[in-house]
Amino acid sequence: MKITTNWLKEHLDTKLNENEIIDKLTDIGLEVESVDKQSGELDAFIVAKILKAEKHPDADRLKVCDVDIGSDNPVKVVCGAPNAKEGLLTIYAPPGAVIPKNQMKLVVSKIRGVTSSGMLCSESELNLSEESDGIIELSTKKYEKKIGKNYFPKNDLNVIDISITPNRADCLGVSGIARDLAAAGAGKLIKKKEQKLKKKGKQTVNVKILNEKGQACTSFGSCLIKGVKNTESPDWLKEKIISLGQKPISAIVDITNYVMIDLNRPLHAYDVDKIDKQIIVRNSKKGEKFEALDNKEYELENDMCVISDSSGVLGLGGIIGGTRTGTEFDTKNVLIESAYFNPRSIRKSSKILNIDTDAKFRFERGIDPLSIEQGLEKAARLIKEICGGEISEFDIQKTEKTKNSNIKFNPVLFEKITGFNIAKKEMIQILENLGFEVKKTKNFFDLIIPPWRPDISQEVDVVEELVRIKGYDQIKMIEPEKNRARDTLNSKQKLFHFLQRSIASKGYLEAITWSFTDSKINQLFLEKNKEIKIVNPISSDLNVLRSSIFSNLIIHLDKNLGRGFMDLSIFEIGPTFQGSQPSEQQTVISGLRSGKLTRQSWIEKERLVDVFDVKRDVIQSLVEAGFNKDKFYIDDETPNYYHPGKSGRVFLNKGKEKVIAFFGDIHPKILKKLDIKSEALVGFEIFLDNIKHPKKSLKDQKTQYKYSDFQKSERDFAFVLDKNFKVQELIDIISNVDKELIKSVKVFDVYEGTNIPENKKSIALNVTIQSLEKTLNEEDLNKINHLIISAVETKTDAKIRS
Amino acid sequence: MSDIKKIKDDFLLKLKGNLDLNQVNQIKTDLFGKAGLISSQFKMLGKVAEKERKKFASDLNQVKDELQNLISEKIDDIETKEINQKLEKEKVDITLPERPFTQGKIHPVSQVIDEISSIFSEIGFSVEEGPDIENEYNNFTALNTPDNHPARDMHDTFYLDDKKELLLRTHTSPVQIRTMLNDKPPFKIIAPGRTYRSDSDQTHAPMFHQVEGLHIDKDINMGHLKGCLNYFIKEFFEVDKIKMRFRPSHFPFTEPSAEVDIGYEIKDGKIVIGEGDKWLEVLGCGMVHPNVLRNVKVNPDEFQGYAFGIGIDRLAMLKYGINDLRAFFDCDYRWLNHFGFDPIDVPTNYRGLSR
Repeated sequence: MKITTNWLKEHLDTKLNENEIIDKLTDIGLEVESVDKQSGELDAFIVAKILKAEKHPDADRLKVCDVDIGSDNPVKVVCGAPNAKEGLLTIYAPPGAVIPKNQMKLVVSKIRGVTSSGMLCSESELNLSEESDGIIELSTKKYEKKIGKNYFPKNDLNVIDISITPNRADCLGVSGIARDLAAAGAGKLIKKKEQKLKKKGKQTVNVKILNEKGQACTSFGSCLIKGVKNTESPDWLKEKIISLGQKPISAIVDITNYVMIDLNRPLHAYDVDKIDKQIIVRNSKKGEKFEALDNKEYELENDMCVISDSSGVLGLGGIIGGTRTGTEFDTKNVLIESAYFNPRSIRKSSKILNIDTDAKFRFERGIDPLSIEQGLEKAARLIKEICGGEISEFDIQKTEKTKNSNIKFNPVLFEKITGFNIAKKEMIQILENLGFEVKKTKNFFDLIIPPWRPDISQEVDVVEELVRIKGYDQIKMIEPEKNRARDTLNSKQKLFHFLQRSIASKGYLEAITWSFTDSKINQLFLEKNKEIKIVNPISSDLNVLRSSIFSNLIIHLDKNLGRGFMDLSIFEIGPTFQGSQPSEQQTVISGLRSGKLTRQSWIEKERLVDVFDVKRDVIQSLVEAGFNKDKFYIDDETPNYYHPGKSGRVFLNKGKEKVIAFFGDIHPKILKKLDIKSEALVGFEIFLDNIKHPKKSLKDQKTQYKYSDFQKSERDFAFVLDKNFKVQELIDIISNVDKELIKSVKVFDVYEGTNIPENKKSIALNVTIQSLEKTLNEEDLNKINHLIISAVETKTDAKIRS
Repeated sequence: MSDIKKIKDDFLLKLKGNLDLNQVNQIKTDLFGKAGLISSQFKMLGKVAEKERKKFASDLNQVKDELQNLISEKIDDIETKEINQKLEKEKVDITLPERPFTQGKIHPVSQVIDEISSIFSEIGFSVEEGPDIENEYNNFTALNTPDNHPARDMHDTFYLDDKKELLLRTHTSPVQIRTMLNDKPPFKIIAPGRTYRSDSDQTHAPMFHQVEGLHIDKDINMGHLKGCLNYFIKEFFEVDKIKMRFRPSHFPFTEPSAEVDIGYEIKDGKIVIGEGDKWLEVLGCGMVHPNVLRNVKVNPDEFQGYAFGIGIDRLAMLKYGINDLRAFFDCDYRWLNHFGFDPIDVPTNYRGLSR
């Protein structure tokens, strides 16, 4: 909502200056978003006189004019207007000026070889009217002495743009803002005493509101003005309209707009002679069509509130009028409509048809139902003043009586909510200033809510009114208590934070990417999951919810490759989506590494990142988070976006509960499809929701501290076994031979090739053996040796390598 | 007697020479080996006349000690020399680069979430979460924003179905609803998380982060709200004093509602929080609307309290001087490295939020 202080002062008698008004507005909840010079761009336009107009040497339609702009020397301007002639007073725009109509900035330019500095303007270019045939002709009498002066009245008035919250329909009019300021002590509301409006005869157009189900119009006021002469608006009105960034059209239209902004009372003007017999307010039928004032044709659904006549739809009530009965300069008889429409209905219809107008914006927030006559009166008076004519009696059709809303307000509630107190007397004063009728009973205030405040429906709303006007700065600050009754984080949240930092500490940079992604890329990581489409995506490449973090991470990894990075490690922790219901999401931590571990180092051998790097990152992080590695179980069933031979999945226990993590090389076909040029690309996904939280906290899980000072022995073994045999199983078999004595089993060599049969491999292991009770002698050790070999050989096809 | 003296003199002379380790060891054997000269002298001790024996033994021991010490010294010298020579050979150019290392980083939004949680933890808030996909009821209706209410226009919503029943939450406020439906008052929670609006330009991203706050108890009023937010802002920006302004506003789910501005000025092209005469909007808040409490079966005559919603990304931008919101989600390696935090740098109350 834009206002100027001048306009405001038509309603408010105030001693405050503009800055004080601005502060006050913000203090009472009418937030000032911006303050702009009213028409800074219009200051450039000056009154000028054409001294000479000659035909352009190279163009028949153009003229070269010498223009007096009040300076010592006339300027040369090339002009295409047919009416440019010697002696004409018009408006000149110098280079640098911005033309209001198209926002073009003028520069000195050569037009067909003749330098033109500036431009002579038409009314349309200055948004003064639609007139675009020729340049403005100013009256010599009025402007002869103003050559070189600004055409537009130069004022330092600012346009104050106020952000009106959706509850404050009443402040979508200048008078409403003035009322609020007055209530806050910023001045006195001005009540103008007008002469009684002279009305003659009945309003002769028959108006009927049909009694239908869901009828959105509850009251329709109208007034007929006969014998008008529609014209351009007078300057004062044009200025008002322009100052708020709108475009003057004609006196009648400008007046309806002016009343809407001034009183927050939308009106509509019909050319009576174009109305077929009568006005019927009714529900639309599906398929009905009409052409609206925005020059678009709308096809209606059932049950939209329309204003119609005997031939069909004229307009959508409270939203937009139609072209068929619109007023023009030749309109002789006008019908002014001032009605009340139900906000919900307005909103529903405008949403369906996607129409946004100033009237709709106001009606959907709730208009004062009692302002119908006030609006008719103000508009009729102005029309008569400017366009002449004869005003009829007002015709008010109503389907229901407007009832006052009441609230019983307990003043004690004020302190209960705000923490401070004000005297009842002051409360009553504030409420009355805001338009409430207050009746004090023993413990309560009986309030009648002003009809322009549909937002006020319960006691707490009254508290807000009081504290808003009294000032939020009056609220006393109460220091918070430093006292914690519950843990800040639950165990799942702790794990989230722990793993997040644990993965980062392995050299990964944390990224945050959108929860949505490109369907085409998401397909690659979708597996058997459903695709979750967004009905109204922001762009076609962000049209589905991601089913894997990889789909975004891989795009961004590729972008970074494009930036010249090769050795990248990035990760993200966040949601992935498996369905479109609120619970169908998982928290996943997912990372990608590309390129080499080290590159061009004088000391380290270069090597590509590989599956065992990400396996380390996953396992180490899980161990750091407090899980027992000895119980982990790993196999090679992984989703199809991993390299089938170089990927694995992790379980916390061999019981195969839920998969905790996948890791591995990304499938080469994905790199190819996305054209990712990296020597190596490995990744992992850890599924936080699948991790069962131990009932015991980590501190309670710590077992008794046991250690051995007896000598430990190491024995090496090499087994030849099937190529596909899983080393993890071999380690398990050996570890299980004697869990007390066997402290660790390390794999120190994996060999295939010469001396080893085809389809076989040799695994060399180092086993550490130590007792808690004694130093083991040769005999003890031999016994374990044999046990290990026999266990391996009986449980598998392996043979000890001699 | 003279034998001992002779041995001593002979060997003192020998040991003065430039000897290597082998030669010194040979001398050691010559003197103290089984058939060594000194060892032989000790064997003779029994044969020495009784009255001379004491002196003989004493002299012999003296010579023995002297020679032994000298030999040890000699060996030490030689070994030191050898080690020094070896060390000299092993010398490297220590200015060569260390073995390569990589440093991971935590995203500034994650860091700021941890900072926020740490601050609110101190005054008794616990952390709650809710799903990113919400139903229309939790996101709007339960929050006193019925369908066909103009306030819904303030949220450009992503929908997941044509009936507009499933959506991406437009704010973290539905976590209030979930928390209150699942538990009994009092409530004292914060809920950080992702939020979504179909809005995208220089200052808006289709996804951003908010933290919701909710404190409901028997007598929580606007004074508590003011105190809580003042405490938070001061702690977060790590300043002693903060200029703060509460001004009336409107949210359907709070009544009365307020927006909070903090004072700032621009010094040397950087925003300085807490001083100056300019105002910056940082959050929205208010007393939870009785309709909302009724919707979650909490009696508004018995319980009341406040709620607030803060834009996390914006706070991160202000605190750490980040200009472009879109860059948060652009995943540029250079940006992540520049604005990211070391994973060991966990914000805590006792050590301070930031380093």
